[in-house]
Amino acid sequence: MATATVRAQRRTVALRRAFAPIAEARGFARWMLFAGAAITLMFVILAAFAPLLSPYAFDQYQANGHRFAQLARPGHGHILGTTVQSTDVLARIVYGAQTELEVVGLALAFGLAVGVPLGLVSGYFGGILDRGSVFFMDAMFAFPPLLLAIIIAFLLGSSVSSGVLVAAIAITIVYVPQYFRVVRNHVISVREEQYVEAARALGAKPFTILRRYVFFNVVQNVPVIATLNAADAVLTLTALGFIGYGVQPTQGAEWGYDVSRAVTDVASGIWWTGLFPGLAIVLLVSGLTLLGEGLNETINPVLRRRAIRQVDFDAPSFDAGAEFYEA
Amino acid sequence: MSASAETLVSVRGLKTYYSIRGSFLDRLVGRTGAAVRAVDDISLDLRKGEVLGLVGESGSGKTTLGRTILGLVPATSGTVEFEGKDITKLSEHDLRELRRRMQIVFQDPHASLNPAMTIAQAVGHPLQIHGLAQDKEQVRARVAEVLDRVGLSPVEQFMDKYPSDLSGGQKQRAVIARAIILNPVLLVADEPVSMLDMSVRAKILELMLALKRDFDLTYLYVTHDLATAKFFCDRIAIMYLGRIVEIGPSEAIYEDPKHPYTQALLRAIPEPDPRRTIPRDLPRGEVPDAAKPPLGCHFRPRCPRAFEVCGWEARDLKELLERRWAEMGEEGFDAERAAVGPAESLNEPATTAKLHGHGGASGADLAGLLEKARTGDPDDPFWTGVKRIASENGALEVDWFDPVDPRLLPAGPVEVECHLYDEAALAEAAERRGARIP
Repeated sequence: MATATVRAQRRTVALRRAFAPIAEARGFARWMLFAGAAITLMFVILAAFAPLLSPYAFDQYQANGHRFAQLARPGHGHILGTTVQSTDVLARIVYGAQTELEVVGLALAFGLAVGVPLGLVSGYFGGILDRGSVFFMDAMFAFPPLLLAIIIAFLLGSSVSSGVLVAAIAITIVYVPQYFRVVRNHVISVREEQYVEAARALGAKPFTILRRYVFFNVVQNVPVIATLNAADAVLTLTALGFIGYGVQPTQGAEWGYDVSRAVTDVASGIWWTGLFPGLAIVLLVSGLTLLGEGLNETINPVLRRRAIRQVDFDAPSFDAGAEFYEA
Repeated sequence: MSASAETLVSVRGLKTYYSIRGSFLDRLVGRTGAAVRAVDDISLDLRKGEVLGLVGESGSGKTTLGRTILGLVPATSGTVEFEGKDITKLSEHDLRELRRRMQIVFQDPHASLNPAMTIAQAVGHPLQIHGLAQDKEQVRARVAEVLDRVGLSPVEQFMDKYPSDLSGGQKQRAVIARAIILNPVLLVADEPVSMLDMSVRAKILELMLALKRDFDLTYLYVTHDLATAKFFCDRIAIMYLGRIVEIGPSEAIYEDPKHPYTQALLRAIPEPDPRRTIPRDLPRGEVPDAAKPPLGCHFRPRCPRAFEVCGWEARDLKELLERRWAEMGEEGFDAERAAVGPAESLNEPATTAKLHGHGGASGADLAGLLEKARTGDPDDPFWTGVKRIASENGALEVDWFDPVDPRLLPAGPVEVECHLYDEAALAEAAERRGARIP
């Protein structure tokens, strides 16, 4: 029957409503949002199709029985040159995108999965649970993020074999307090809204209230902090790699590790081994930051500027109206 | 409606106190702060099928009373019997079951609908909460029925709208639809029209009356607006500072208000005819702090007709002095203010106060000061409550009569909580008048 189409229509309406702020974004916010999305999308494509786009594998140092030249200048055969280990710089950047996005994606998923429910429950029920978790999270804030990540990576390094997973967990633990904080504080203000008391008066159970009445009014901020945190997480991951606690060189290409290897090259005028991975880091971080700030400006009602269209009095329909009134 | 109608809700000795958080130090040592007495010993019966109005100023506790009756706010003591069950003793789980039978419509329609739910979802959610519908189509059918009943038609035009797309009146209709979809017997309406435009108010009230007839509802109508209460209610309870001061049939209260507070409230209703002026000797001062209510009758500090037994106390002396000083010249004020000093003993509820003279003033000087105040305004009801003024060892001692708590007593068709209608209190007052030391 037609009910299926009606339901589909309803879903489209709901979706359009959810994305309305983005469609309505104008000016600088719109520019930031789209520039950020384009840059991020570029890296996602690089990561997804790395085997197709990259000329060589990330740890490949020979082809057809010939060993690549060490520290070859950008140009013939190697567009961005080679490193001291004879690997191709371009290949390492393309596969590096894969590593970065895998780790950051995992860290975001873990962080949201832990931080958001904890913030919801802690903020809504309050009491001892809330006090305890706020105290614990505040204590985590007191550590410098990188130090915390290093400690976690160091502790997990011996028991977890996957470097990507170790780095992701380390970064998760750094960012969980932020999600927790934002969600919990927002829940505390939403909890006092009249529609929450109304839901209680209807006889809804606490978890129903959390799910149907609190959650949807709280999650709006999460995409913004998640995206901004992703940018920050890239920096943390590359810093871990730079120090040598991140993804190990045998497990994947990692820009931070490449930069650390290139430090000694710079003095002898070899610029390409350091510049290109460094640029990749800067570009991905800027892309994610633009995306996050753009989202913030479009979603946050305090900052949001909506398009106001001027009424065009010369439009033909208005002339017709004028004639109507004159008659 | 007959007086013998079945009682739906029976409230006995209900108290709802909100504790105030003390200072940081208080919390460290585990001392509990004071309590705001939002509802202070109230008893009333709500009969099946009637509309009972709870009328009072902001801060009178009317909203808290409504919420306590629904179990949304825990009662401090007393009982609320709803259909034979004492809801103050029920667990949250058992209360949830009972919520099918009692619903609430809030004051602010803009805040009482979840902005993330469509009208159909919001109105239909109670059915899902209580498992009263098999599938979504059944919920939608029932929602359509109810929305049509509250006048949100054509229904299809409203069902998939979000609250932000609706006007205030339309939202309040949706809120009412959500409240009646479970077929409740009791509906607490907490100022349901005060946030709406004048043009919409009457329509919403008429809708509520029509729903009451159709669904056999009983209303507890909480409002500060005497004009709509007159139109809407069968019986009215006037509340002041957590107490019911007068309760009775609406006509009786409007025609012959007994309590001085009710009289003042009725005088405060704006008169639409600009050529007519009515005397408006409105009560002086503000509603007192509900954490430290006045001794005796709560309305006494503002009451023009208060007398010996109403519970005069130290804080009234301070108010009296402040009123006096406000009317004085600067020189006189400076001299008297210096003589009285900070007078901290006048900040606590007590029937005896000791005032030490400051700046070289003796107890006799202070007594002289009071005497001047008295000759300045001998008719102030404050002086009826003073039992003794004496100066001892450089200090002034003032004693007041012990307070007598007013009781809710029948007076004609209404019940009123005022000593003016209490024979025993009047006799006691006459006795005290004789015993007073001038």
